[in-house]
Parts: sequence; C-alpha cells; structure tokens
Amino acid sequence: MNFVIPDFYPAAAEIFVMIMACVVLLADLFAGRGTRWIAYFLTQATLVGAAVITFATMDGQVVLTFSNMYVDDVFGDFLKLALYLAVLMTLVYGRPYMQARKLETGEFYLLALFATLGMMVMISANHFLTIYLGLELLSLSLYAMVAMNRDSAQSTEAAMKYFVLGALASGLLLYGMSMIYGATGSLEISAVAQALLQNTANRSVLVFGMVFLVAGIAFKLGVVPFHMWIPDVYHGAPTAVTLFIGAAPKLAAFAMTMRLLVGGLFAEASQWQDMLMILSVLSIALGNLAAIAQSNIKRMLAYSAISHMGFMLLGLAAGVVAGDRHFALNAYSSAMFYAVTYVLMSLASFGMVLLMSRAGFEAENLEDYKGLNKRSPWFAAMMMIVMFSMAGVPFFIGFFAKFSVLQAVVAAGTIVSWYIWVAVFAVFFSLVGAFYYLRVVKLMYFDEPTDHSPVSPPMDVRVLMSANGLAIAGLGIMPQYLMSLCAFALLRSL
Amino acid sequence: MTDYPLLSIAIWLPIVGGLLVLATGSDRNAPTARAIALAASILGFLVTLPLYAGFDTSTSQMQFVELAPWIRRFNVNYYLGVDGISLWFVLLNSFITVIVVIAGWEVIQEKVAQYMAAFLIMSGLMNGIFSSLDALLFYVFFEASLIPLYLVIGVWGGPNRVYAAIKFFLYTLVGSLLLLIALLYLFMESGGSFSILDWHNAKIPIGAQTLLFLAFLVAFAVKVPMWPVHTWLPDAHVEAPTGGSVVLAAITLKLGAYGFVRFSLPIAPDAAQALSGLMIGLSLIAVVYIGFVALVQSDMKKLIAYSSISHMGFVTLGFFVFNPLGMEGALIQMISHGFVSGAMFLCVGVMYDRMHSRQIADYGGVVNTMPKFAAFFMLFAMANSGLPATSGFVGEFMVILGAIKYNFWVGFAATTTLILGAAYTLWMYKRVVFGAVANSHVAELQDINAREFLFLAILALCVLGMGLWPYPFTEVMHASVNDLLRHVAAGKL
Repeated sequence: MNFVIPDFYPAAAEIFVMIMACVVLLADLFAGRGTRWIAYFLTQATLVGAAVITFATMDGQVVLTFSNMYVDDVFGDFLKLALYLAVLMTLVYGRPYMQARKLETGEFYLLALFATLGMMVMISANHFLTIYLGLELLSLSLYAMVAMNRDSAQSTEAAMKYFVLGALASGLLLYGMSMIYGATGSLEISAVAQALLQNTANRSVLVFGMVFLVAGIAFKLGVVPFHMWIPDVYHGAPTAVTLFIGAAPKLAAFAMTMRLLVGGLFAEASQWQDMLMILSVLSIALGNLAAIAQSNIKRMLAYSAISHMGFMLLGLAAGVVAGDRHFALNAYSSAMFYAVTYVLMSLASFGMVLLMSRAGFEAENLEDYKGLNKRSPWFAAMMMIVMFSMAGVPFFIGFFAKFSVLQAVVAAGTIVSWYIWVAVFAVFFSLVGAFYYLRVVKLMYFDEPTDHSPVSPPMDVRVLMSANGLAIAGLGIMPQYLMSLCAFALLRSL
Repeated sequence: MTDYPLLSIAIWLPIVGGLLVLATGSDRNAPTARAIALAASILGFLVTLPLYAGFDTSTSQMQFVELAPWIRRFNVNYYLGVDGISLWFVLLNSFITVIVVIAGWEVIQEKVAQYMAAFLIMSGLMNGIFSSLDALLFYVFFEASLIPLYLVIGVWGGPNRVYAAIKFFLYTLVGSLLLLIALLYLFMESGGSFSILDWHNAKIPIGAQTLLFLAFLVAFAVKVPMWPVHTWLPDAHVEAPTGGSVVLAAITLKLGAYGFVRFSLPIAPDAAQALSGLMIGLSLIAVVYIGFVALVQSDMKKLIAYSSISHMGFVTLGFFVFNPLGMEGALIQMISHGFVSGAMFLCVGVMYDRMHSRQIADYGGVVNTMPKFAAFFMLFAMANSGLPATSGFVGEFMVILGAIKYNFWVGFAATTTLILGAAYTLWMYKRVVFGAVANSHVAELQDINAREFLFLAILALCVLGMGLWPYPFTEVMHASVNDLLRHVAAGKL
C-alpha cells in the first residue's frame, strides 16, 4: 500500500493550535493554584501565533491537502483571522467575569482553544467528514463550556438542552451528508460539485439530502424554526460563554454554509435558496418581534442574533436569480460582510454585559442599564454606538452591513420582482427591531440610575471595549476596505 | 469660486467642534463647554458666508463641488455641491445653530457638554444632507441626524419625553427605510451610480416612477410632516427642550420638503405630475384642517407645532403647482418659516423658563411685566400670520399667486390660511400678552435679559429684512428653479 505523506504546510495554523492546546493543558496541570494567568497568556499567545502563521502562509492560492479533505484559500484565511480576533476579544472580556465567579479554570481556556481548532477545521474543510469533525469538536467544547458553572441549575439545564438539540442537529446534518453521498458517490465537496455539474446525481435523493443538510446548518446558525436553543442557551450559560457562543461560531457556521451550499451544491442553488429564503424571512420576523418582549438583555440579544442571522441568510439567498449567476459574488460577499460585522457588534454587546457585571451581580436585566450615562458616559456612548449599529443606523458599520445585503436583494429584484418585496419586508422588520435597541438607549440616557456603583472594569477590558466601539463607528465611516476584503476573499477562493 | 472645500468645512467643523465639547466632560467644565460650542457654531456660520458671496447666480449648475470616492465597491462618492435651492438651507442651518447655542446658554444646567455637542453634531449632519449630491451619502446623513435629536428630546425634554422621542425616531425611520429601497432600486436601474444628478437624467418607466414617487412620498411626507403622518410633530415639539424645538421647526422640517425638490420632482417627474392632484389635496388639508386644529390648542408649543404643519402644507402646495412663482414662494416660505417658527419657539421658551408652563390659560397680561419681550413676540406673531413687510408674507403671497395661476379654487382654499393663521396666532397672543395681569406669577415676571434680547433681536432683523428685501433670497434661486421646472415639464417618457 502506498502511503503518501500529506502536505502539512496549509494546515500549519491548525497544527500549532492543536499542539498549544496540549501545552496549555499540561502547563495548567503543573502550575499551582493562583497561577491561572499562565493558561490565559498561553492561550492568547496561541491565538496571536496562529494569526501570524495564517498570515504568513497566506499566498492567495487554493491549496488542497490531506487527499483533498482540506483546503487552504483566502476565504478561509480571512475568516480564520477574524476568528482569532473574536476569540481573543472574547477571552479578554470574559476573564474578569470568570475570575469573579471562581470559574476561571484552565479548562475554560483549554476548551476555548479546542473550540477554536474545531472552527478552524470547519472553515478549511473540503470534505463532508472534515466539516463534521470540526463541527463536533466545536460543539462538544461548547457543551462543556455552557455547563462550566456546574452548581447553577440554569447553566446545567441550558447545557443539557444544547447538547440534546445539538446532537439531533448533528444527526440531521450527517444524515443529509449520507444522502448526498448516495446521490453523488462522493463526500468530497469539490467532487460533489463536479458530479452535480455532470448531472449524474439522483435528483430526488439529492434534494432529500439537501433538506437535511440545510436543517443542520440552520440549527447551527440558529435561525427559525431551528432557533429554540438560542435564547435558553444564551440566557443560561455564564455570560462569558454566551459571548463565546454568540460571536466566533457564527463565522464558522457561515463558512460551513458557504462550503456546503456554495462550494458543494452550487448547481442546485435555486433549490436551497428557496429554503434559505423561508428560514431568513421567518427569522427576521420572529427574532425581531420576540426580542421586544424580553426584559433580560441576554435573551434580547439572543433573539436579535436570530434576526441578524436571518438577515445574513438573505444575502446567500439572493445569489442565483432565475438561473443567472451573475450576482452570486456580490450577494455572497455581502453575506460575508454581514457575518463579520455582526460578530464585531455581538462581541461589543455581550462584552458590555460582562463589563457591567460584578462579583455577585449579573447585569442581565435591561433595568440594570438605567442611567448608565450618569454612571459612565464613555461606556454609555460605546453601548449606544453598538445599539444604533445593530439597529442599522448610519454612520455605524451595522448600517453598511444591512445596506450591502439589501443591495444584493434589490439587485436580484431587478430580475425577479418579488425580491424587492422581500427587501421591503426585511426593512420593515428592521424598523420593529430598532424599537428594542432604542429602548436600551432610552434606559441608558433618559432614565435615572437605580444602581450608583461605579463602572470600573480592568484596564485591558476598558481599552478593548473602547477600541471595539470605535471600530464599529470608524469602520462605518470607512466601510470600503472591509467590504472589498470580503469580496476579494471570495473572488480568490470560489 | 474659492479653492477651500467650503462645504466639507461647513459639515465637519461643527462635528469636530461637537466632539471637542464632549471631551470637556462633566458639568464642572460647563463654562468651557459653552465657550467652545459658541466658538464652533459661530465659526461654522462664518465659513458658510463665502458660499453666498462666491455663488454664481447665473447658472443652475452645482457649485462648490467636491468629489472623492468613498465606497468604491458600490461606486459611492463623497460628492458635495450646492445649487440655488440648497444654498440657503446650509446658511440657515448654520445660523440657527448659533442661535440655539446662545438660547441654551443658562437654561441648560445639566449635561451641558452633551447638549451643546448634540446640536453641533446635528448641525454638521444637516449641512451634509443639504449639500450631498450622492444619494447614499444623503441617506447616511439623513438617518444619522435622527440620533442627536432623539437624544436631545429624550434627555432634556419634558415629562412625556420618552414617548415623544421614540415616536419621533420610529416615525421618521419608517419613511427613511423605504427610501433606502428606492435608492437601491435606482442604483440598479441607473447602471450602478448613486449620483443624484445621474438619476435626474435616468429614463424610468411610469410604473416604476410611480412606485418611486410613493416611496419618496412616505419618506419625505413623514419629515415635512404632511397630513396624515404629522402626529409625531406636536408630541416631539411639546416635549423637546426649546433648542430642540427650534432646530426641529427651523431645519428638520425642511429636510422633507427639500427631499421633494431634490428627489421626487426631478427623478420621477411624470409620476409627480400624475399625482400632483393627490399632493395638492394633502397640502390643502394640511393648510386648512390643521389650521383649525391649531385654533383650539391650549398649549402654546402645540399651537405653534400645528401652525408649522399648516405652513409646511403651503410649501408642498407651492412645489406641486409647477410654476416658478409657486416653487420659489415655497422655498422662500421654508426659509422664512425657519426664522419665524424658530423665533416663536424661542419666545415660548423665554416664558417657559420663567413660569414653567406652556398653557395659554396660565398667562395673561404679560405685556405689563415684560414690555420688551411683548414687542418682539408681537413681531414674530405677525410674521407667523403673514403680515406684509415680514418674511412670512413674501412666501405665502407667492405661493397663493402660483396656486391661483394653477387653479383658482386651489388658490382660494390656500388663501384661507391668511385668516386662519391670523386667527390662531393673534388670538393666542392676545390671551397671553394683553389684558390685565392674570395671576401673581405673571406679576413677578422679569423682562428679557441681554442674552435673550440678543437672539430675539437678531431674528427680528432677519424676519424684517427678509420681508422688506427678499431679493437676495430669490436671486440665487431663479436659475435652479427654472431649470428644475423645465426638467419636470419635459418629463422622462
């Protein structure tokens, strides 16, 4: 038997993170109590190192390795860089929170690294099994992280719910993959695409499999009707973990969607686009309506996440119009731009929840934000920027995200006119959404504080939150570079 | 023409000034904040003066044009310029900002820096709206300007401020989101350009024109505000602090009307002509019906708010009779309304600061204790009811003439405003100012101080000056208005 040594070079960053995760595990084991900072700094150093490696090995080519199971391209590299940044920021925001609750264990950082590795594998997968592998690595790490606060019934319940539903979704995804394997005879994404182009696949089996695939993806993205876990898990998990779930995995889920649907099943785009369109419209409506009724900010942001993911899918659903693939690049890059900017906003919003929380006090209720402008004008301004950005008000980046997706939808609408009405619908629900974001601003600025304790986060959180808020404003004034970067990454990879 | 990017300076100077004011932080530094705000607003006004001085009145072309790529991916440009229609609004806006800063000088004692900064930033954004020639840039300024006003109403407003602020924001957001869809559609149809001037020449079929016109109508009608989407305005006015009311009446209301001239008429001229009956109908309802509504108000600010809606009905009427008299009259009316309604709200603010009441019934005989103030208030009340020799007369008269040219009965209906306007304004004036001193609070009133005298006197000069010598205002408009009307008459089909 011929054994070929694969080319490890394209996966250098993954291997590095893998090794470092083991190092963190061992270092934490041997370091005594009170030296948790070793694990923390090693983890952050790993992320920085991985970023350097990814950046250094980026050459603009599409390189396949491990018998075509793995791909290294600009699209993946770009998302990975965003991913490292998101995880790094998550850990900075989350650390004081976990410390104050005596939850800062080596496992937290270890699991974060393994989850990161899982996401990296998902982003770079060129094979159904690789995707599944990455997804499970991510999910299992997340289940454990949600349950980290083991004395809390709420956390445990959330973890259980997440685990059961997540396992079900993984099953659906796997089932869909097996069907597609049956139809096309391959598990490799590019081979599946090839088989579809040659029209050799069994159509009914294929579409059947696709439905399951989309259901699995929808669960991971958390869009209606597969959204049930989102509010409960976001609410139940320790806030630092909520932040982790709410930010970086959205990038990985987006990458998975792109690899599976666009990379593999592009020939069937008109089929899955209809499914995505329904998911998207339902998510935008339900997410925004349900968010209004929330009094807990974590739940509110959870429903807002649902609506944002719906909006992002709108971009993916506008790629191929009446058989015309002309718009695809524009539409997909708008969705990618949306995903990246959403992660940036999500980091800032949950980061603010963490920043407001103290030992023994969870700033979970909307009421806790009353009169923040009196207590800390600077952070109130940052939160206001985030809220207006999420509501899609310019000059903030959230507006340009909505703008670019709507632009893609309206572009499709010039050929098939009902797309225009979808855009009108989406816009209408953005308006509904604006209400609950405005309510947070109202609480911070118009109401008197009930809690007068000073807001005094550690210096690193202070700096990062300011940078995060200003980035949302600054990128809003100069959105062109990030937009072009997304378009470029897709252009060089698909 | 000068080489300086005057429009950019007019936009960004107040915004940077506003951020500087914000940086002074807490109320301990309030005097510094006030000083910086005053300096920034005066500088902001001064830099707009060369715009007028250097303006070439012989052409309808855009002037002081600045063009730089902004978002290349969507061919969005940082594209600024003014013509005879927009020029005066940039000046008016920068001028009103100075007045607002002076008017809030001692009145605002809480979060001074944030208050001043909000108005300065708003001023910059408004200048951006009036001078944008790129539709997305326009839209961005248009929406961004909601934020400061939302905060101003919500933070420094009256007891029901939260309701008013959110209503204001959501109402105007409804309109502007539909506008976004319309802009995106035009972007696609025009082959990938966001330039408003390109759109003016784009051929669009009548069906699409009608939809576009309606989308624009929703967006701008809310802002004007036209009947029946006007209900946010009285709430916002009543709850807003004086400065907020002034900016709302003097500038924000002009955005909607300006949108009609910049977008609806030139981009969808055929639809505009086809739907002019609807527009004139809505305008007349605003003029007549809202006039009656104003008559029965017991709250002074509410009364002036309704009178604003009625006056803005005049503006939209002037646009849709499609003749130069009507259109120029409408533009003059917009500027004049900026001075007069601003002054009216300031007058109410002066009384409110002393009495903490806006109810007409709480006043009576103010002239006995505040004679100087009563004289100013008289002038502005007269201007509000359209007395000749005040600025209020010029615009109304031109619009009425234009309307009579278009159709006698339309003109006739519009003329009722002269009676209604006089009725509600002067009746209010009579009840508040004349008569015997009504109660002990009125008896204790102090007449206006030097600061109040200053801003009322400046506005009085503007009102009188514009009424007696409107030529500088109409002069710059001729070329642009005639060009626009030719364009609308020619149609696009």
